[in-house]
Amino acid sequence: MTIRASKLWLGYGLAMVWFYFLLWPLMGIKPEGLEFQTSLAVWGKVAAASAVLLALYQLKQGGAFRFLEKPAQAGAEALAAVTGRVPTWLALCVVAGAAVAFPFLTERYAHDVAISVLVYIILGLGLNVVVGLAGLLDLGYIAFFGVGAYTYALMSVHFGLSFWLCLPISGCFAAIAGCIIGYPTLRMRGDYLAIVTLGFGEIVRIVINNWMSLTNGPNGILGIKAPGAYWFNKGSFEHIWLNNLEQLYFVILGLAVFTIVAVYRLNYSRIGRAFEAVREDQTAAELMGVNTLRLKLLAYALGAVFGGLAGTFFAARMKFVSPESFTFIESAMVLAMVVLGGMGSIPGVILGSLALIALPEVFRGFELYRMFVFGGVMAVMMLFRPRGLWPAKRMGVRSEEKD
Amino acid sequence: MEFLLQQLVNGITLGGVYALVALGYTMVYGIIQLINFAHGEIYAAGGYMGVILISWLFSQGFPPAVCLGAALVLAMGYCAMLAMAVEKVAYKPLRQSSRLSVLLSALGMSIFLQNGLMLTQGVYDRAYPTEMVQGGFEFGGAVVSWMQVIIVGVTVLLLVALNLLVFKTRIGKAMRATAQDKTMSALVGINSNRIISLTFAIGAGLAAAAGIMVGLYYGSVRYDMGFVPGVKAFSAAVLGGIGNITGAMLGGLIIGMIEVLAAGYISSEYKDVFAFVILIAVLYFMPTGIMGENVDDTRV
Amino acid sequence: MTKATPILELKNVTSAYGRIKAISEVSLKVYPGEVVSIIGANGAGKSTTLMSICGVLKPVSGEVWYDGARIDGLAADLLPSRGLCQVPEGRRIFPRLTVEENLDMGAFFRTDKDGMEHDKNRVFQMFPILLERRKQHGGTLSGGEQQMLAMGRALMSRPKLLLLDEPSLGLAPLIVQQIFRIIQEINEVDGVTVVLVEQNANLALKSSSRGYVLETGNVVMEDDAQALLANPAIRAAYLGE
Repeated sequence: MTIRASKLWLGYGLAMVWFYFLLWPLMGIKPEGLEFQTSLAVWGKVAAASAVLLALYQLKQGGAFRFLEKPAQAGAEALAAVTGRVPTWLALCVVAGAAVAFPFLTERYAHDVAISVLVYIILGLGLNVVVGLAGLLDLGYIAFFGVGAYTYALMSVHFGLSFWLCLPISGCFAAIAGCIIGYPTLRMRGDYLAIVTLGFGEIVRIVINNWMSLTNGPNGILGIKAPGAYWFNKGSFEHIWLNNLEQLYFVILGLAVFTIVAVYRLNYSRIGRAFEAVREDQTAAELMGVNTLRLKLLAYALGAVFGGLAGTFFAARMKFVSPESFTFIESAMVLAMVVLGGMGSIPGVILGSLALIALPEVFRGFELYRMFVFGGVMAVMMLFRPRGLWPAKRMGVRSEEKD
Repeated sequence: MEFLLQQLVNGITLGGVYALVALGYTMVYGIIQLINFAHGEIYAAGGYMGVILISWLFSQGFPPAVCLGAALVLAMGYCAMLAMAVEKVAYKPLRQSSRLSVLLSALGMSIFLQNGLMLTQGVYDRAYPTEMVQGGFEFGGAVVSWMQVIIVGVTVLLLVALNLLVFKTRIGKAMRATAQDKTMSALVGINSNRIISLTFAIGAGLAAAAGIMVGLYYGSVRYDMGFVPGVKAFSAAVLGGIGNITGAMLGGLIIGMIEVLAAGYISSEYKDVFAFVILIAVLYFMPTGIMGENVDDTRV
Repeated sequence: MTKATPILELKNVTSAYGRIKAISEVSLKVYPGEVVSIIGANGAGKSTTLMSICGVLKPVSGEVWYDGARIDGLAADLLPSRGLCQVPEGRRIFPRLTVEENLDMGAFFRTDKDGMEHDKNRVFQMFPILLERRKQHGGTLSGGEQQMLAMGRALMSRPKLLLLDEPSLGLAPLIVQQIFRIIQEINEVDGVTVVLVEQNANLALKSSSRGYVLETGNVVMEDDAQALLANPAIRAAYLGE
């Protein structure tokens, strides 16, 4: 049903007046006096932009873009025909080739961004196991990232253990942390779960921040070793440190591929199906003989392992860890990737990480506005595309959401 | 002994503030089952409106009492408008969507508002003109500042007013009816959208008052000041039994008291941890809270 | 009896939950002063019909006319003030409001304090048990008391047309009799038009003037109540003979 035009514009007018009333006191009341110019300038821009959007929407409702529909559809069909003919393995090969060739074609700055994107892909996929597959909303996921990072940092600084040995150790520690956090929350309803995991995330951060003797508090830990490797050189193998960004890129690429394969296998395994059963209808799953409590714990632990792996790499790459990297906003960021990309969908999460990490780098000049826009986009996405950019095929309604 | 008394006085002050914020969470959760993440930001916006208005009014030469009173009323009104706008834009269109969608929308709004505050007000602390109210009196060895008296006084006033509104007036009854059964309340002629909007406005007004009082108490506000108190106030709401107004007041007082006592006797670094631990313990051992009724969603 | 214009008329109303059609092309007329019953088996679409009239469910197609105006598409909360009132299935008492507050909610849109007080006393007269329990929470009442409260709440809005959904459901026979006596009284003394949805077809038809039979979302029969009671097909299908 189309809303009548006059009503639409009346609503627009009211909304803009309302908006100005909210904007002006923040920008225009100053101890020196009342001022209208700056707030009016901002307001004017917003009002003009939303008027344009509204007019476009109205034209679309009125059918002004109908002439575009046919060519657009034809284009989409042509594209589908082309991509449909390319076998999946070939497409994957192209992507893999591009990923391997990437550091040779680009420079330092791009390596840096690419490494960040890959770290977040691992985090996103790990959280995706918990949120997308098992349907448990986790707002403290970054805590596992922190546990992994600090595990390696301490092991490396105090005991000189190698990165590769610490990877599984950090994974285990994170999994244990996952179980500790998971256990008391298992019986809770969805939205309580959100707030409790948020609380746990904060507890981990506060403890790291204050346990001076172990973590050196807010000053962080310095002097973490990079990953080592044996490399064929002048007729013999010798030990080298993978210090430069190109080498680190390949380490994290390897970890990311491992994560993607692992999550993909998990998705289509017996356990993956059981996760989905729990997500869609817990009671029914239980009646079918699925041990829901154990499964949820497993989901937490598995998700945490990937967080721990990513954390280990993060510590090795930065050579420094401090509690500032593990705040709530990071958890929200990872969650936003999963949601933006499409819950439960692996390509979706990869797309989401690219969108949220790489895109803001392109608009470096607007750094300040990054989180502002990000919050707004998150709310708008829920309105227009709640299933994400690349929705998973097998997603239904979570049982507890039904009224 | 004197130390304990002093801590109790501080605890009541802080607890009252938490109670005010917790009410917003509990009322909104009671009526649309949403953890309104943006509520903490509304509280922060209240704190900022307070300092903006007080500074301006003070510079115009009004006496301190007028500045405080007018700033309080105007900031409450401002935040009510802000919360109604947030509800209308980000929550109302999602009324038929899954609960996860609304929750994420709320999270997005929280980030949006927090950064909006940062963009317009800057990243640094903004000092409150606390010199307006100075001094205090001694009471059994504990020092009670006039500021604390004002804070507790205003808090009590607002809590009483809210109780009267919710339990004695026609609109209050309609609010409770809508929380209990939306379809039936429509069948008796209650416009639930309007009631929901009103609930957001009232909760936001109380949060704004709390923001101002915290600004006065600690002497400054910051754009991200809403997050931690927000979670603590939500803990208070859960502790009291979510959806329960009396419970939220009680829960706020308990959380404030525990925080102050824990900071005084155990460790001030870990004081924030206690609120979270209490939240988790309450949800684990008595998920319906101390005043909880049938919160399990079998509301027919 | 010549009946001028119907107070309620449904013209080919189709309603659906999502993609699942619940009633299709239902047409019916209710004239002022009547008691009309809608009978049918479980899932025949009786409650859906009432919800479509009240605006809780928006019809996919068709028209609903009430009191000379078209009301389909109107928000549900606009109708009680026009005198259209429903007692829904399961009574839906506000469980954590007191009995008295529940009654006040029935008169939510009214502002005439004296009239409300008068009507409340009238309800207490009709159902003395409610007076005894006036300070109790609605959720603590027994099923029969809840049904009385639900009807009392509906009467507080001074309805012209009252829609009753399964008023006998789950109640003891004695209480059912009492409820139906009250329905008759409301109809005869106050002149309220009543639409009665019932699974207990015998009881419903005996206290109505006309009846509609719903089957899988369609009106399959409409006649005088007496004629329906005498109809062998109806007797076989709904009266257990």
